[in-house]
Amino acid sequence: MELLSNLALGFETAVSPMNLLYCLAGALIGTLIGVLPGIGPVQTIAILLPTTFALPPVSALIMLAGIYYGAQYGGSTTSILVNVPGEASSVVTCLDGHQMARRGRGGAALTIAALGSFFAGCFATVVLALLAVPLAELAFRFGPAEYFSLMLFGLVGSVVLASGSLLKAVGMILLGLLLGMIGTDVTSGAHRFTFGVPELADGLGFVSLAMGLFGICDIISSLERREKRDILRSKLAGFWLSRKELKDSAPAVLRGTLLGSLLGILPGGGAILSSFTAYMVEKKSSREPETFGKGNIRGVAGPESANNAAAQTSFVPLLTLGIPPNVVLAMMAGAMMIHGIQPGPRVISNNPALFWGLIASMWVGNLMLVLLNLPLIGIWVRLLSVPYRLLYPAILVFCCIGLYSVNNNTFDIALTALCGLFGYVLHKLDCEPAPLILGFVLGPMMEENLRRGMLLSRGDPSIFFTRPLALLFLVLSAALLVAVALPGIRQSRRRAFKE
Amino acid sequence: MRIGRPQDVLTGVLFLAFGLTAMGLALGLRIGTAARMGPGYFPFALGLLLSALGALLVVKGLRSGPPRGEWPALKVRPLLIILCSVLLFSRLLIPLGLLLSTAVLVVVASLAGHEFRLRETLINAAALVAIVVVLFVYLLEFPIPLGPSLRLASP
Repeated sequence: MELLSNLALGFETAVSPMNLLYCLAGALIGTLIGVLPGIGPVQTIAILLPTTFALPPVSALIMLAGIYYGAQYGGSTTSILVNVPGEASSVVTCLDGHQMARRGRGGAALTIAALGSFFAGCFATVVLALLAVPLAELAFRFGPAEYFSLMLFGLVGSVVLASGSLLKAVGMILLGLLLGMIGTDVTSGAHRFTFGVPELADGLGFVSLAMGLFGICDIISSLERREKRDILRSKLAGFWLSRKELKDSAPAVLRGTLLGSLLGILPGGGAILSSFTAYMVEKKSSREPETFGKGNIRGVAGPESANNAAAQTSFVPLLTLGIPPNVVLAMMAGAMMIHGIQPGPRVISNNPALFWGLIASMWVGNLMLVLLNLPLIGIWVRLLSVPYRLLYPAILVFCCIGLYSVNNNTFDIALTALCGLFGYVLHKLDCEPAPLILGFVLGPMMEENLRRGMLLSRGDPSIFFTRPLALLFLVLSAALLVAVALPGIRQSRRRAFKE
Repeated sequence: MRIGRPQDVLTGVLFLAFGLTAMGLALGLRIGTAARMGPGYFPFALGLLLSALGALLVVKGLRSGPPRGEWPALKVRPLLIILCSVLLFSRLLIPLGLLLSTAVLVVVASLAGHEFRLRETLINAAALVAIVVVLFVYLLEFPIPLGPSLRLASP
């Protein structure tokens, strides 16, 4: 019954007029961003992070979370209507969704994507609520050795998702960890890697780094290529599902939801991995796999449910263990720290209103999205015709003003330009910035836990191998690394990224 | 000799440069012992790992064989213009204020596009300035100077 009273507290927080407003704002902005190809949830959170500073932490997190799951809804709209993924987790939705639209069933595809996402969102919210308390209690028993190994596991997990070379992804983690060392060392007070710049004494700003690597760098690389959009001009009609479509898609929604909820919790998991896996599962389990890619509604229902479920359950490791499982959640972790909240097991006990309010707001936000999304489709489609040459200066303006407001100084803006240049170099070298951001967020915590662990064991590293949980995480990390490096799996991984 | 994978070599060089710099700087800090780590211990270890990885990438990439990748193609124009527009904004914001520097940012950044239309850019700039003022100054109440600062005249 404690769960019920907790949820009651959550809803009390989530339906306060101000939080409802920010939930709606987040969900709408998220959908908008999801619709626009080229700007994903990571970029949006990076760009809007400073704007949330003025808000109380609960409202800020509610809005940022809304952006994340709103983007899952919006991304599917673009995939279905334009055949360009609005964002990465909707890539597979293009395959069957756009074919459905060509056959005049675009309305039905949008409906099942929205309903499936809503069902998945509700289910994942319950999973989050049920799992959070026991996991946080488990986390309280963690010592520094367990934490260090767990973080290592989380970092290795992010390598699995990074496309391209394994060595480069590992290097990006190390680079991120090193960048996280910039600033004043907490234990000794020594300045590290500050090059005598006083502004760097507090560390390299998270907002500057994230905005440079994702916001500025993406603008530059988008300007290098010409993009073409081919929007389906035909009128959308027939939002109702036929009896057969309903019968086909209901089990797919269920399978996608379960799969997404599970994969979202794992490190390296999240929306992208889940939608790909769900598509594979649907195709493999179908009696007529040849109809996939030609407009099979199961190919929309499964992945769309999976990505939304995963978007929500990926909050579990962040809120209970303090480990962001993927780069979007690393941005959320950064946002929490900026608001003075240390992600981890203490969030539930120290900030129950924030924790349960965030969970309840996810349900509220999903309800808003399913009610608003279909009626607003016309507006989203019109937005797609706004040319990029008008859009990117607007993004830059938001970035720059937001950056100034972080510390009320212009140093951060110049620093972001530098980070943008750095991001561009990495982009040209095919190095993905996602593992770097994860390393950057986890770096200081990892160092502190390593130091404390080694201090407790008086310099004996066996503390990481003799404590069962710590050993388990280390073994899992090693297994994951070996698995990714094995030639057979490497091949199928490469295939999966191509598809 | 033809380089098998130029991208890997360049990445390796980048990792080596960062790793060696980190090691060098960490040596200037107290390293300490495994039981009592100084501020330099963890960064030094990271730098060592990163350098080793960089060296591995360079060696792997240099191994001649059939070229598997190309030198990355660069387009300097969007890169320079976007970076300059951001840097310009950071220099201009305090002396000129929000209105003017936002307009400058939009106009300069628009030069990076494939086609530049003056009228359209000016309308875009005006619209964005209006949105920014309403959103950031009136709604969110950010403390940002709107116009040129008067302190310029005083010493």
